[in-house]
Amino acid sequence: MGTIILLAIIAGIALWVVGAYNGLISLKNQVVNGWKQIDVQLKRRHDLIPNLVNTVKGAMDFERSTLDAVISARNRAIGATGVQQTAKAEGELTQALGRLFALTEAYPDLKATKNVAQLQEELTSTENKIGFARQLYNDVATQYNTKQMQFPTNLVAGLAKASPAELWEIEDAGERAVPMVDLSSNKPGA
Amino acid sequence: MSDDANLFAQQQSNRRRSTWLIFGFILFFAWVGFGGDLAFWLLTADAPPGSYHHVVPFIGIVSILSAAAICWYSWRHGAERVLWATGAWELIEPATPEQKQLVNVVEEMAIASGLPRPRVWIVPDADPNAFATGRDAATASVAVTEGLLATLSRDELQAVVAHEMAHVRNLDVRLMTLLAGMIGAIALMSDGMGRMIGRGSRAGGRWAGGRRGSGKGNPLGVIILVLWLLTLVVAPVVSRLLAMAVSRKREYLADATGAQLTRNPMALASALEKLEGATAATQSISQGAAHLCIVDPAPGLMSSKEGFLADFVASHPPIRQRIVRLKGMAYQQAKRETAGAVSPP
Repeated sequence: MGTIILLAIIAGIALWVVGAYNGLISLKNQVVNGWKQIDVQLKRRHDLIPNLVNTVKGAMDFERSTLDAVISARNRAIGATGVQQTAKAEGELTQALGRLFALTEAYPDLKATKNVAQLQEELTSTENKIGFARQLYNDVATQYNTKQMQFPTNLVAGLAKASPAELWEIEDAGERAVPMVDLSSNKPGA
Repeated sequence: MSDDANLFAQQQSNRRRSTWLIFGFILFFAWVGFGGDLAFWLLTADAPPGSYHHVVPFIGIVSILSAAAICWYSWRHGAERVLWATGAWELIEPATPEQKQLVNVVEEMAIASGLPRPRVWIVPDADPNAFATGRDAATASVAVTEGLLATLSRDELQAVVAHEMAHVRNLDVRLMTLLAGMIGAIALMSDGMGRMIGRGSRAGGRWAGGRRGSGKGNPLGVIILVLWLLTLVVAPVVSRLLAMAVSRKREYLADATGAQLTRNPMALASALEKLEGATAATQSISQGAAHLCIVDPAPGLMSSKEGFLADFVASHPPIRQRIVRLKGMAYQQAKRETAGAVSPP
C-alpha cells in the first residue's frame, strides 16, 4: 500500500514537471514567434522607405535634411540587434517618418500622386502592424517572464533553459499611442 | 491572465450554446414531425376500415433526418450561404486604394487579435454595414459593404473590423452562423408546411371527411393538431427573436474587445455614430442574417429606441447606449494615460 502511494506521488510529480516544462517551452516558442512577426513587419518597412524617398525626392528637394534623416534612421534600424537597440532605432525611424509625412502636407500635388498615397497607406499599415505585433510580443513575453519566476514553475525554469525575455519598451508617451499618420484619405473625419 | 480566462470562458460558452442550439433545433423538428404524426394517428384511429390510417410516423422520421441534414449543412456551409445570400464577392486582389486599405486593416487586426487573417468580402450595397461569419478563426470571413468603405475613415474602418475580429475570436461567429442557417430552414419549413396543409384542406381533406364520417373527432387529436399548427406559425418569429436575444448580449462584448484590440474606443464610437446616421436599410442583408451585422440592417422603429419592448425585439442594443459605453472606455483610458500608467487597458 505504502509503495503504491509513493509511486503515485512520484508519478504525479513527474507528470507535473513534464507539464510545467512543456508549458515553458511553448511560451518560449510563442515569444520567439512573436518577435518574428515584428521582424517581418520591420523588414517590410525598411524595404518601403527607399521607394518613398525616391518618389518624393524630386518634389521635395529642398527638404534634403528630412529625407537624409529618414535614410540614416533606416540604416541604423537595419543594423540594430537585440530588442532594446532595435526598439530605440525603430522609434527614431518612426519619428523621422512622422516628420516627413508632416512635411508632405505642404505639397498637395505630391499628396495627390497615386504612388505616394499608396506608399503612405502601406507605411501606415506597416507601422500599425508593428504596433500590434509589439503588443502581442510584449503580452506573451510578460507571460513567459512571470511564469518562469513564479513558484513552483521556477524550479523547472533552469531545466527548460528559460531566461527572461526583453520587452519592447516604448520610450516617450508620444510614441505610445501608435501614431496614425494618414494622409492617404481625404474623407471626413480622417 | 484574466483576459485569457475571460476569452476562454466566452469561447466555452459559445461552444456549449452551439451544441445546445443544434440539440434544441433537432428536438423542435422532432416535435414538428412526431407531433404531426401523433395528431394524424389519433384522428385516423377511429376511421372506418379501408380508409387511411396514419400508422407509420414518416413525418417525424423525415423531419428529424432533415433537421440533422440542415445542422450539418449549416455547420459546413453556413458561412458560404450567408455570404452568397448577401451577394458578397471575395476581395483577393485589391484594385482600388480603398480596397487595399481594407485588406491592410484586416491584416492589422488579425495581428492584434493573434488570429489567422480571415477572408475579406465586399457586399455591393451603399448602406454602411459589416458582419463576420464562419465556424472558427480558421474558416472565418469578414464582410463589409461598399457603403462602409466609402463613409468611414481609416481609424473607424479599423474599429469596425476589430469589432468583427472580436466576434471571430470569441467564437460568436459559430453560434451566429448556425442560427442564420436554422432561421432560414425554419422559415422555409413553416412556409412549406403551411402551403401543404392549405392545399390539403382545399382539396376537400380526406382527414376532415373521414372525421365527419365517423361522427366523432378525437378531441386529443384536435388539440395536438392545433398546437402543432400553432408551432409552425410561431416558429419563424420565435427563432428570429432567439437570434436577436443571443446577438444583443454579444454586441457590447464585441465592442469592448474590439476597442481593446485597437486601443482606440473613440474610433468605434464615431464609426457607430456614422452608421446610425445612415438611416437607409441595408438591402442586401435579409432579416435572417440581421443578427450577424454590426448594426441592424433594417433600422426600423427600434434601433434607436430604448426600453423594454425595444430591448426585446431589436437584434442589437440601442446604438446610443453602445456609444455611451465606448466613450466611457475612452475616458477611463485617457485618465489612466494621464496618470502615467504604462499598462495596457
